[in-house]
Amino acid sequence: MKKKAETKKYKAPFLKTVKKHWMLLLMLAPALLYVIIFNYIPMTGIVLAFKKYQYAGGIYGSPWNGLDNFKALMISGKLGQVTRNTLLYNIAFIFLGVVCEMGSAILLNELTNKYFKKTAQSFMFLPYFISWVVAGAIMYNIFNYERGVFNHILTWLGLNPFDLYNKPAAWPPVLIFLKLWKGTGYGSVVYLAAITGLDQEMFEAAAIDGANAWQRIRYLTIPSLKPTMMIMVLLAIGNIFRGDFGLFYQTVKSSALLQPMTDIIDTYVFRLLIDTGDIGVSAAAGLYQSILCLITITLCNKLVKKVNPDYALY
Amino acid sequence: MVKQKHHMSKDELSVNIVGYVVIGLFALVCLLPFYLIIVASFTDEASLIRNGYPLIPTDISIQSYQLCLKNPVAILQAYGTTIGITVVGTFLSVLLATMTGYVLSRQDFPWRNKFSFFFFFTTLFSGGLVPWYMMCVRYLNFKNSYIAIILPLMFSVWNMIIAKSFMMGIPSALTESAKIDGANDFVIYVKLILPLSKPLIATLSLFSALAYWNDWYNCMLFMTDENKFMLQYYLQRILGSAEAMRIVAEKSGMALPTIPLESMKMAMTVIATGPIVLLYPFVQRYFVKGLTIGAVKG
Repeated sequence: MKKKAETKKYKAPFLKTVKKHWMLLLMLAPALLYVIIFNYIPMTGIVLAFKKYQYAGGIYGSPWNGLDNFKALMISGKLGQVTRNTLLYNIAFIFLGVVCEMGSAILLNELTNKYFKKTAQSFMFLPYFISWVVAGAIMYNIFNYERGVFNHILTWLGLNPFDLYNKPAAWPPVLIFLKLWKGTGYGSVVYLAAITGLDQEMFEAAAIDGANAWQRIRYLTIPSLKPTMMIMVLLAIGNIFRGDFGLFYQTVKSSALLQPMTDIIDTYVFRLLIDTGDIGVSAAAGLYQSILCLITITLCNKLVKKVNPDYALY
Repeated sequence: MVKQKHHMSKDELSVNIVGYVVIGLFALVCLLPFYLIIVASFTDEASLIRNGYPLIPTDISIQSYQLCLKNPVAILQAYGTTIGITVVGTFLSVLLATMTGYVLSRQDFPWRNKFSFFFFFTTLFSGGLVPWYMMCVRYLNFKNSYIAIILPLMFSVWNMIIAKSFMMGIPSALTESAKIDGANDFVIYVKLILPLSKPLIATLSLFSALAYWNDWYNCMLFMTDENKFMLQYYLQRILGSAEAMRIVAEKSGMALPTIPLESMKMAMTVIATGPIVLLYPFVQRYFVKGLTIGAVKG
């Protein structure tokens, strides 16, 4: 009896809210429908990782096969390699990305010539506007063995030409460079915005107190950028097991020779799905990736919450 | 920061020197590849094969462009498709992001936090590529449909969060007084909130337009009909087939047909990149401003 009364009491505000805000709910409906179709229903599709996919049965009708897909994934021996590559590349991207973005924002802010500053910033932004297809073409143009500009210069200097597309070991620095090349201009704006938002009197006071320009950067600018940096890093760490598919796919293409150094989880999952059509195994690899991501972001957020709740994402 | 016209002290001078050198070099590195591509596209094929991609323009030729545009139907078709999809997609995605963002920014909407998390959770966990792909291909029948390119890029939680935090900065008293005047929520959103959100709309439009214009991924996944290719995927295919032809010719020792493959590849790259880069100086101002908005939420 008591319970019934409680549920009734609970339901009344629900209907009242629906009635009062039906228009807002209606405005929310398209986006809700979107994430339900493209995010939440596919989440249930992770059952595919435990199934033997058959075309007739589809996602839900195919027979279960327990952990067979995961066993196949283990046997392939690729999982360790792609996980390592994804992780190491992303660590480099995050660390060097923060250094370059913050560094260029601080330096841009110090430049006295407005015209130079503006022009330089426009140039730095250009790579952000092109697709990975074009970026891959540009890279090929530069490093192509027979005709690339890079070898052009090497030969001109009297050095031996260098065949990047046959040297897997040389790829990490090149890919890291390409990623920084494309993203630094964009990323630096976030920090530049944060710098312009800082209290200028603080800098003037420091100057009067005898802090020189380097000291002001070291003891004022950098520490005040910490909250922005923390959020950017945290967001990036949450996706540390998710690679930049375009970067790797459009530069490496389908070169098997380069795979040991350039294959990431995303390209591996993609190949399993599209090239080999190994749907169950591909779903298993995807689930593995999603779980790794969820664990990292949860741990990371907990840790940050403990250290400083203001920086936490949620 | 207001800089006084005084003589710079030693330390300020040294910061500036480092700044000019580092930023100048990096800006140059960002610009150089574009220059190289353009120069190569205007270089004579024979010279490209003999001397490699040049640093300084020599043997200028417009043959590659003439060839690219000789049979312009395919290129124009890809252009048309790309422009159409970019316009429609950008409109829809900005509408969706701002409308959703507005609802979630309403302080008097009691479920705003619950719904916000419902959206945010999709960035924390996903079913991965396979179930999503199955959904699109098997259940939504995306193969060779333009919807396959518009829908996947139509809603982004990040754009929604940017919209929401921007709109939280609009005083809620405005909404309240409009409600008292009898306006309903949708009218308030269209007539009151949107006109106040121009910088936001500019930013989101740019993000979305860039995403649609540069899309090759969804095109690669869902399109097999050559007449429906987007520009970037069309370029990807051309680059790939030119490369394949070169390898075949090299391995078989046969001479290539007299098509200037190398310079044509470069010309195609210029043609596919051109409009978005030309647009850039005009939108740059808004872009930086808009990104700042995104950063405020931080």
